[in-house]
Amino acid sequence: MKSIVCIKRVPDTETRIKISEDGKSIDPAGIKYVVSPYDEFAVEAALQLKESRGEGEVVVVTVGESAAGEQLRSALAMGADRAVLLKAQATQDGLATAKALAAELKDAGADLILFGMKAVDDDQQQVGPMVAELLGLPCVTVVGQFEVQDGKVVCHREVEGGTEVVEAPLPAVLTITKGKYEPRYASLKGIMAAKKKPLEEKDAQMAESRVRVQSLSYPAERPEGRIVGTGPDAVPELVRLLREEAKAL
Amino acid sequence: MPNVLAIAEQRDGALRKVSHEVVSAARRVADAVGGEVHAVVLGAAGVADAVGDLGRYGADRILVGEAEGLGRYNPEGYVAALVDVVKGGDYFAVFLPASSQGKDLAPRLAARLDVPLAQDATALAVEGGELVITRPLYAGKAFARVTLDGAPRMVSLRPNVFRAEESAKAGAVQRIDVAVRPDEWRVRVREVVASAGERPDVAEASVIVSGGRGMRGPEHWSILEDLCDAIGPGCALGASRAVVDAGWRPHSEQVGQTGKTVAPQLYFAVGISGAIQHLAGMRTAKTIVAINKDPDAPIFKVADYGIVGDAFEVVPRLAEEIRKLREG
Repeated sequence: MKSIVCIKRVPDTETRIKISEDGKSIDPAGIKYVVSPYDEFAVEAALQLKESRGEGEVVVVTVGESAAGEQLRSALAMGADRAVLLKAQATQDGLATAKALAAELKDAGADLILFGMKAVDDDQQQVGPMVAELLGLPCVTVVGQFEVQDGKVVCHREVEGGTEVVEAPLPAVLTITKGKYEPRYASLKGIMAAKKKPLEEKDAQMAESRVRVQSLSYPAERPEGRIVGTGPDAVPELVRLLREEAKAL
Repeated sequence: MPNVLAIAEQRDGALRKVSHEVVSAARRVADAVGGEVHAVVLGAAGVADAVGDLGRYGADRILVGEAEGLGRYNPEGYVAALVDVVKGGDYFAVFLPASSQGKDLAPRLAARLDVPLAQDATALAVEGGELVITRPLYAGKAFARVTLDGAPRMVSLRPNVFRAEESAKAGAVQRIDVAVRPDEWRVRVREVVASAGERPDVAEASVIVSGGRGMRGPEHWSILEDLCDAIGPGCALGASRAVVDAGWRPHSEQVGQTGKTVAPQLYFAVGISGAIQHLAGMRTAKTIVAINKDPDAPIFKVADYGIVGDAFEVVPRLAEEIRKLREG
């Protein structure tokens, strides 16, 4: 069983975002970068699958700048076997990224290709299903738990108002959400071992971005709010304001 | 002609509210570029009876594809049917809801059509004949204005953000042939387990009651549920990351950068201090109410109205007052 997990280097979610002077990009100064949290769930899922079967290989792949090697090492320290860095400038064009990944994965012989259900920087939620389409593979998104049996994968998928149990033949693409897979911490031994694991770097086959960023901005400041009062006695006034002023009730 | 296609969404044969929003947004863009709005709806036999409304929100033409197997969303069936519709229309833009169905469908369709995609747009403008899309980054810590090369420009629109407005058009219903071969679908739904309760998803609700660590434990959620019930059927429960991490509430309710980004009309933050990644996910709510014991909690900085106090005293009173108002 070979699983390939596609991950992304993103700013830590506690990071304050600062827009660069060009007004079109994020100032990287002072940002702490991490593996996108949903991608960590995907890495954990692949590791658990390998452990439960007692065989298999877990490969992690990313499209990004050289610095993204750090995030691949993090995944290797969790227990992945090897890593591939497809070097390219990150883009908001998810389809360009998907094409670069698909070119690499086309003949890679994966039984499962896993993604986080979204990256927490661009929030586009698109590269996984795009790769599936480009490779002609079945795809199940927003999976909180899955089992592999008899050449099939059975997924528990979070949908509005419930859970769907969905089945697809292998090979398949899944995007993983927070569910059963709580990411493990890398052990010291894992971190040491990761330094010796293979990390292959090559240039991504990246098409020109067709998403053009015109400008970035901060969210509009919300007008200064007010404290209506203290304790339950303030509730009638709050309800009045919500009804008459905010027209929200 | 630079026409705009709006992909409407139905559930159990009834159009969802977000479909009106998407058709209205398409109407405004089509007016700016001088084109028509075509709305397309897929569903089981009989769905055509439920789509007349789309004309009222500005659709010039309503394309309806009815087939066995399209009653419920199925990615392979929907993509196959919609690729033909989009290719047949030579559209300037294609809009669909950034609902969980739309976000699953849009990237597959974009890849099949070989066009870039912008997901979860919060604003659209036409400038010099080009569509300029505003969309959040980092769950709303920043916004990008982007343009997409090529046509159609494919964009999913965040629910609750785009105004649904009536703009009556002919809205003639036209049936389309859809090629549906369920025997070829590889992804099959074995069963659907409905979660308890009938509340809407937090990403699409018009009112959200969210709880944080100040609720002290999962056993106290009944008071938030009661407030939600008092508000009515459009209200969903939300949660902060701290309480989801603690296992008090399911991740599907989490609001913030590692959960859902929401834009309801009204957001109650109860016992939530307001970590930066939570604020990013809810700050575009129209009205925010914070209830917190700590007068210095950062949540009060983004709230329109705040009550400093114990949630266990304030929330039941709030439910009571809202019930009085409703029964008024």
